[in-house]
Amino acid sequence: MRYLPLTENDRREMLGVIGAKSVDDLFVDVPVRARRAGLVDLPKRKGELDVDRALSAMAAKNVSAGSVPFFVGAGAYRHHVPSTVDHLIQRSEFLTSYTPYQPEITQGTLQYLFEFQTQVAMLTGMDVANASMYDGSTACGEAVLMAHRVTKRKKAVLSGTLHPHYRAVVENISEVGGYDVEALAPAVSGATEDIISSIGDDTSCVVVQGPSFFGDLIDLRAIADAAHAKGALLIAVVTEIISLGLVTPPGDMGADIVVGEGQSIGNGLNFGGPYVGLFATKTKYVRQMPGRLCGETVDAVGERGFVLTLSTREQHIRREKATSNICTNSGLCCLAFTIHLSLLGEDGFKRLARINHANAVKLADALATVKGVEVLSKTFFNEFTIRLPRSAAGIVDALADKKVIAGLPASRLIPNDKSVENLLIVASTEINTDDDRAAFVAALKEVL
Amino acid sequence: MSAMNNQGRPTGAGEATSSNSIQTYTGNRGLRLEEPLIFELDNPGACGVDLDEPDAFTSRLGSLERKARIGLPGVSEPDVMRHFVRLSRKNYSIDAGLYPLGSCTMKHNPRLNEKMARLAGFGDVHPLQPQKTVQGALELMDTLAHWLKELTGMPAVALSPKAGAHGELCGMMAIRAALAARGEAETRTRILVPESAHGTNPATAALLNYKVDEIPATAEGRVDLAAFKAKLGPDVAAIMLTNPNTCGLFERDIIDIADAVHAAGAYFYCDGANFNAIVGRVRPGDLGIDAMHINLHKTFSTPHGGGGPGAGPVVLSAALAPFAPLPYVVHSADGFKLVETMGEAKVDGTDPFGRMVAFHGQMGMFVRAVAYMMSHGSDGLRQVAEDAVLNANYVLASLKDDLSAPFEGPCMHEALFDDRFLKGTGVETLDFAKAMIDEGYHPMTMYFPLVVHGALLIEPTETESKKTLDQFIGTLKHLAKAAKGNDKTLFTGAPHFAPRHRLDETLAARNPVLRWQPAAPKQAAE
Repeated sequence: MRYLPLTENDRREMLGVIGAKSVDDLFVDVPVRARRAGLVDLPKRKGELDVDRALSAMAAKNVSAGSVPFFVGAGAYRHHVPSTVDHLIQRSEFLTSYTPYQPEITQGTLQYLFEFQTQVAMLTGMDVANASMYDGSTACGEAVLMAHRVTKRKKAVLSGTLHPHYRAVVENISEVGGYDVEALAPAVSGATEDIISSIGDDTSCVVVQGPSFFGDLIDLRAIADAAHAKGALLIAVVTEIISLGLVTPPGDMGADIVVGEGQSIGNGLNFGGPYVGLFATKTKYVRQMPGRLCGETVDAVGERGFVLTLSTREQHIRREKATSNICTNSGLCCLAFTIHLSLLGEDGFKRLARINHANAVKLADALATVKGVEVLSKTFFNEFTIRLPRSAAGIVDALADKKVIAGLPASRLIPNDKSVENLLIVASTEINTDDDRAAFVAALKEVL
Repeated sequence: MSAMNNQGRPTGAGEATSSNSIQTYTGNRGLRLEEPLIFELDNPGACGVDLDEPDAFTSRLGSLERKARIGLPGVSEPDVMRHFVRLSRKNYSIDAGLYPLGSCTMKHNPRLNEKMARLAGFGDVHPLQPQKTVQGALELMDTLAHWLKELTGMPAVALSPKAGAHGELCGMMAIRAALAARGEAETRTRILVPESAHGTNPATAALLNYKVDEIPATAEGRVDLAAFKAKLGPDVAAIMLTNPNTCGLFERDIIDIADAVHAAGAYFYCDGANFNAIVGRVRPGDLGIDAMHINLHKTFSTPHGGGGPGAGPVVLSAALAPFAPLPYVVHSADGFKLVETMGEAKVDGTDPFGRMVAFHGQMGMFVRAVAYMMSHGSDGLRQVAEDAVLNANYVLASLKDDLSAPFEGPCMHEALFDDRFLKGTGVETLDFAKAMIDEGYHPMTMYFPLVVHGALLIEPTETESKKTLDQFIGTLKHLAKAAKGNDKTLFTGAPHFAPRHRLDETLAARNPVLRWQPAAPKQAAE
């Protein structure tokens, strides 16, 4: 087997040193009835060429986003990732190193984590950010648990702006932890009043996504004021991080914790993962934060260096008293994020955001001309919701046959709700051309 | 006489000077390069991408346009490339050398797996595009599930957990759901966890509001069966046990433990972090386990990436299978179908406890793991376990007289030593580990497990050759001899030859600096 360096000769010699007759002698502690004599019932080894063929055949059965006019977002966005990013993250020293527990020989990882934390704090308008979480949805769950620790209350209010999967993740972690959740009905627009009226004296936090699951921009200021007046925290969720190149960041609108999905910067769609969860907060809450943190320090001769820090919050030190059970972050995905954002810089990032917004505006205007289509979103960034004359799921299916992947029918994530059955959530990023938009409009006219 | 070539250039090595006594202008030391933060490279006006300003359009931002400067630096593409390449050179990596971190399974990461994960059909598909357009992606998930079920002898697997600890959470949630279905969620409130457990185990139990009760270890480094049985009772929800355990030993009594757990009406959670020791040779399903997470980034070689992303699918027994979380893949008349809502699950006859994550899990890791599994096959995977165990035992046998081993062998895939061999030398486990850095190695896991003093846990994995191990063994013998000979020069202040000397972690924690801040603007000249 090409990955196994030991030869039969090596194995014999090594067994001799150990004083064992065969490798079976090393497995003597396994109960006799659990020792498997033969091979498990799976195919035998394959050469590289054969594996490549088998998996390429499987991959070829999928319609890749880059091969068709593509408009699905809903928490994962197709953006152009510069070639430099994928080259750099595949460098051995980044790809095949472990968590930086030995800082003297992992300054590379630690320094980019420090840069990542700074970038995330800047984008979100917050004081500090951690070195990433698994993804946006789990970051959201952790934010709610953190709010409970900070406020010593146990009820979260989830607004109707929140991605249904994020809501499900929060509900799941809350249920087993013995916490309460009040989830408001999905809000295509105008959610603010409902959110404010649901904040009570026992509310630990209110969770608001902006741009919302339906694409709406949300002014958080009134919600933040209302939450703070009741002693609750505002958790802002951002699933399209590119929006922060053009939209007022949650930190400037009073958010106490900002969580987000960082996939849009540096990371591909990958059918849903791996992605990179963003988590930022105010300095005063830093010791209640979950996840890894990288901090600046000096070495024995006074040179600047970086280390993992405040680990007394973490499971390997605190065990059952830790702030979270999290043991990994999303290291290589943060690296991709950091490199891509470094390439973009201030000017590039803002311009990319403007291009996204312009493309979405163009698409919304084009779709609005189609008979029977109504654009519902009044304000939006690169994603908006339209109402179709009949079930959106059926229309998306028919459009897929015409090689247009048109968006997400809201009913896929919000089943059994008549009010969203005809709604289609459509995203347009910098990857979409005028031809893509024309193809969408033409195909939609044919299908309707 | 010093040698010269015929152009008069000296070709000898010249006279050596102590490298530490020379100060360079740049702070660099040859290939040891210093690198500022990306923010300190800011060159306003420079940019690493070319994007055209969009044509004029009417914004739909309402009152929410961001106007202030974000603060991101402007850096050109070549300078970004150089920055990150220079950073990379400050890292140790498995590609560059032995990485014997116990409990972490730092094995070779085949590049075929990277290539497969980047196929457009896997890397460039959206989790929410119509299912009929992602049949190959669902087939890949189904293939992974099949291999994991066969290798573990378990009937079901939840693929979505994002990492090992997340898998633990998933498995314990399935256990809790099964207890709730029996009406015992409120009465079973205690979890038994051996004192040698990974820190994630008690942290996970605490997330579910369980009371953690520690089981002591025997002098042999295994669960004390009698003490364990004495702790069982009608209020116990589950045991969380790592097998092979964190001392690198197979729990000999594991079947008795499973039987006792089940007789008490509780469930058996196994931490599968050390599955590499037994893959293809022992199936957890044959040991009476109800749930076990599998770290795809350990046993199945998806790269650790400097601390993630990982993936932690959980195999489940028949008793727990109906409670597996959303989503999951089934075979239907139209091909593969992803069951992603409670309504669909009800039709399918299952009772999911909920959802762990948005979307479907770490697809990129699934592809890499399947490529790894297919490459090895049933025969190669069995050889993985055998060679991993052989390598660890070779290290244990070769070093047990020079270092000190707390427990008798044979060990499984990792060899545990304690610090008795350093007693009276003035050298601590930490110094010993830091001296290894100067010898060109990443240190082993230190001070874990907690059940032995000054632990040194070595996991060589199966992808190291005998020659590599012999050099490693020789190095440790050399260091042990130096320590015992009261020669502290190798240890005091080590490492000397790394990009940084020992870092002040106390300072970092006492005065946390967690982000770069621009220097305060200089006061205008008067």
